Parts: sequence; structure tokens; C-alpha cells
Amino acid sequence: MSTDRTLAFSLAINEALHQMMESDPSVFLIGQGVKSPWYVGNTAQGLLERFGEDRVIDTPVSENAMTGAAVGAALAGMRPVAVHPRMDFMFYAFDPIINEAANWHYMNGGRLPVPVVFWGIINRGGEQAAQHSQALQATFAHVPGLKVVMPSTPYDAKGLMIAAIRDPNPVVFIDERWLYRLEGPVPREIYELEIGRAAVRRAGRDATLVAASYMAFEAVKAAETLSREGIDVELIDLRTIKPLDKETIVASVRKTGRLVIADGGWRSFGVTAEVAAVASEEAFDSLKAPIRRVTLPDCPAPASSSLERVYYPSSADIVSAVRQAVQAT
Amino acid sequence: MKVTKSLLRNLYRSMVRIRLAEESLVDPILRGEIRCPCHLYSGQEAIAAGLGACLNERDYVFGNHRSHGHFLAKGGGMNELIAEIFGRQTGSARGRGGSMHLIDPEVGMLGAAPIVAGTISLALGAALATKIRRERRVTVSFFGDGATGEGVLYESLNFAALKKLPLLFACENNLYATHMPIGECRVASAIHRVAAPFCVESRVVDGNDVLKVYETARWAVGHCRKGQGPVFLEFRTYRFRGHVGPDDNIQGSHTDIRPPSEVRRWFKKDPITRFERYLTRNGILDARTLRTIREEAQGEVEAAHAFAQASPLPAPEELTNYVYR
Repeated sequence: MSTDRTLAFSLAINEALHQMMESDPSVFLIGQGVKSPWYVGNTAQGLLERFGEDRVIDTPVSENAMTGAAVGAALAGMRPVAVHPRMDFMFYAFDPIINEAANWHYMNGGRLPVPVVFWGIINRGGEQAAQHSQALQATFAHVPGLKVVMPSTPYDAKGLMIAAIRDPNPVVFIDERWLYRLEGPVPREIYELEIGRAAVRRAGRDATLVAASYMAFEAVKAAETLSREGIDVELIDLRTIKPLDKETIVASVRKTGRLVIADGGWRSFGVTAEVAAVASEEAFDSLKAPIRRVTLPDCPAPASSSLERVYYPSSADIVSAVRQAVQAT
Repeated sequence: MKVTKSLLRNLYRSMVRIRLAEESLVDPILRGEIRCPCHLYSGQEAIAAGLGACLNERDYVFGNHRSHGHFLAKGGGMNELIAEIFGRQTGSARGRGGSMHLIDPEVGMLGAAPIVAGTISLALGAALATKIRRERRVTVSFFGDGATGEGVLYESLNFAALKKLPLLFACENNLYATHMPIGECRVASAIHRVAAPFCVESRVVDGNDVLKVYETARWAVGHCRKGQGPVFLEFRTYRFRGHVGPDDNIQGSHTDIRPPSEVRRWFKKDPITRFERYLTRNGILDARTLRTIREEAQGEVEAAHAFAQASPLPAPEELTNYVYR
């Protein structure tokens, strides 16, 4: 595939939507703000003009029914993408997402697939406080029947959106607004990433660093800093939270003997805890140092910038966590 | 309204099949052979039968926790129903769903679920799908009076009206939300009026009169099919059994909290005996013909029990099959 062209993260998603709607008449987009020039960034640009109001459906503020409608349309043979421009509002839609979509295939003995994408956007920072900033990947990943993907590059954003749309299961596609302007190579063709497969962004021997989404972006910077200090980090970008690519994580931990995990969610019962559990269950003998985690504290997001600065972890926090892991032995 | 004799026969047969299927579950429940919660439909058969007779195989139906009747009236198989309730691999959901999850996509029964009002928005989406595809299918959402307490009903009414979706909101008002009399749940007793603020056409119907149900449903389904938008129908009815199981939550202990005089009054409005009177008094079908229909249905129900008993339970090693496609 040609990768000479670069595209912003948000436009990579936009291209995925254009190409999937063009190639498959059962794909449609439903959610708040899909015809607004600013609501979902430029991820929906040009869709309404090209595919019309039947398939680009801007909705009333009714997350429960609108998300349920996406699920029902999927049961009736469509492939809807239900967008939540602020994923905090997805709590209103937990019934259709969790009770219905996640369970439907199982509780009906496999009689009907549920090919729906629940697209939730994290809008951290910007003094938006506790209800406009939440990162709910761990909450969704806990539920059997759901898959959860979190791209960190424009290439992955397009490939994972296409994979999510094509998947016969409900997939929660979570992205971070802070990545929307990130530029990177994106092939023009339709392509998909395998859901459940992590990427080794950098091979290394001293410590394994696992991250996803915006924290994977911070982790790249951290790995560069550590490299200058002579610490050789192996960086794994999860890309898929569920099903977790245990094989790649365990193989790396067996090689490096040290594990640091960075996630943009809360500390307790989250993605980092799950990755740590996998390492201790399947690579315990290889561990040379305690596992370190970089997360949000167990605290709602604050508004004031003085508090935001200490609330959101950055590459500096990852650097110091890796140093601790390496210095412990 | 002109109706053919064969239609009347089918309405009767449909109601009787449902009643006999439901009543056949009572003893196995009391004996503990059926363990999954069964919300019996006895007393409400005219609604599923009358509305079901207005639909074709391509139309969609979503049910709720009390959906044995919806499943049968939409064309779901008796064997698959009984086997599912007995938790067998041959059940409609391969024993993974039980009584509250009945599905047969091949006849348009897209599923049922006991989260009150949880399937209303799913029906909304199925109706949306048919509109996008420019099909002439109608989608029916069955829910009870209890569901009128859930916000998603109103969100769905609004969106269905906004997009003129071919969606029939079928509210079976049996006067009780589990143990709560409707009067303790809401001030206004006329449920169908909830549709008015959303500019959705609505009617209230005697849900124990199968001909009235059929007549109103035929109009409503036609309205939806012609692209004139959604319709809300309130069917006034009464369940002859407990909220769940034959009596109520504690099986065999007669914990029904409904006044005995009220229950007796509704027994007199049994939709099946009412229809039998209508058919015989008007010389449409004689008592012998009705008996034959009943006997045939009883035979079908008994064969379904035998089918379920002879069917295997799901294999333990297949526990996690179907979590993902």
C-alpha cells in the first residue's frame, strides 16, 4: 500500500467513513453533531453532502434511544456507526450498549450478529472538568461481548475504524481529541488492522512499556528521552484494549523482565491492572522488578489548570516510572 | 369490517396455541422442572394473535419479558419455544436465553429482552433500517404499561415521529407493573395519550377482544406501511397468572396481591371464551370444530414437550460459544 501521503488523525477517520459508506450501503453514521462544522471535529466533513440525511443522521439529544436505534438497525442488517462526541454521555446509553448489544449474540444462542460501532471521543483537558473528560475504556473492556479499540496514529485510526465497521460484533472505538491534529502516513486504499493485535513501536531490551491511544503518543516521547539516557525501552502500543494481545505483552516481558504500563484512565481496576495481571500470571518468573503504572489518580477530572497539570500524566511521568523499574534491579 | 372465515379460524387457533403452551408450563414450573423465570401470557392472547395476523414474515417484532405469545404469533416454532424454556440445545436460542430471550430471525422475530423498555429503541432502529433501505416492512415493539415509566420510550416516540418511521408501539396495559397497580405508577390512566405531545397517532383498544385488536392493528400496520409514520396502540388487558410464574414470585404459594374480585371480573372477559361465544353464536364455527382446533393445538404442545425432553442440554464445554461471532 502506498504510504507516501500524510493525513491528520481526524481526517484519517473521515476517510474511513467516506470509503466504507461508499463501498457498503448498509453503513451509516448516527449521532449528535454529525452535520455540525465543529461538533465532531472534521471527522464527519463531506459525509452529509455525499450520502444524504438518510445515512448521515444528526439526532436529538437522546443518547439512550439513538444508541439503541443503532443497535436495532444492526440487528436488522445494517452496519451503523453511533458517534458520541463526548463519551461521558455514553453513560446514558449503557443499556443498549451493554445490556442489549454486548449480550444479544450470546443470549440468543448466536442467532443474530450485532455489527455496530460505538464511537466515543475523549475530550480531556481544557478546564472541562469531570463530565467532559472521562476515559471509559476499562469500563467497556470489562463487558463480555464488546471489543474495544483505541488508535494512537492516523494509520491505525483509519485501519481500526474500517475493521470496527466490518466486525460482526459490537466494537467500541475510542479516540482522543488531543490526537486529532497528529499527522502521519495513511494509505489511500481501504485497509483494516486486525482487532486484537498490538504493535511493537520500538524494540528494546531493558524494559517493556505498554500504552494505548494518547498515552502511546506520550510513551514514544518518553522512549526517546530514555534512549538518550541509555535505557532501551520496548514500546508496545496496544491499539486494541479488548481482546488484549497477551501474546505480544508476555513475549516482551519475558525478554526485558520489566514492565511499565501507561493508560489515560483511572488507576484502580483499569487497563493497567489488567495488563499487570496478565504479566504476573503468564510471565511471573521473568519479572526482575515491581510493575509500575502511570495513570490518572482515582479522582474526577478537575477544571482549574493548576489541578489539570498534576492530574494528567505526561511523558515525564512515564520516564520516571521506567527509571524506577530499571533502577529497582 | 369484512373478515373471512379462515382468518377467524386462524385467530382462534393462534390464541389457543398460545394459551395451551402457557398452561402446559404451569405444572413443570411447580415441579421445579422449569427453572428459568416464565412470565406467562395467559389472558393477553388476543393482542399477539390479532396483531400478529396483520403482519407478514418480512415484518419485524421485538418483544419483552412476556413474549411467548409474541414469538408464536410471529411464526416462531412451538418446539423451539418449549425447548428453550427447558434450557435445551434445540431451543430457539440454543438454551442460552431461556423464556425471556426468544428469537427467530427467519420469521422476523428479532428478539425479546426483560430490561423494561430496553427493546423499544431496538425496534426504533430496525424501523430506521427499513426506512434507509426503502423497504415496506413494519416493525412492532411490544412493551407493557410498566415501560411507560422509562425515558427511552419518550425519546423513541420523538425520533420515530421526527423521521416518520414505520414503527408500531404496542403497549399491553395489563394494569400492573410487576406488583405495582398502574394507579400507583402514574397519575393519568390513559396511557395512549402519551403519544399526543409527539404528534404520534394513537388509539386505545379492548385487548381482550381479538376482532377489535385485529381491526385496529390492521389500520395501524397499514398506516405504518404507507409511510404515514408511527402509531401508538394501548391494549387494555389483564394477565391471568402472576407477574412471573403461575402465581407470583413465590411459586405455589398464591402470593398474587391483586384483589380476588378484580381477578374474577377479568376471568369473565377471557379473550378465548369470548371469541368462542362470538364464533358459535354467529354460526361461523361450531363447537366441534373449535374442539378439534383445541385438540390439534394440545397435540402440538405435547409433542413440543416430548421434543424438549428428548433434546440434549448444552454441552458444558460450549459455555463460552457465542460470546463473539
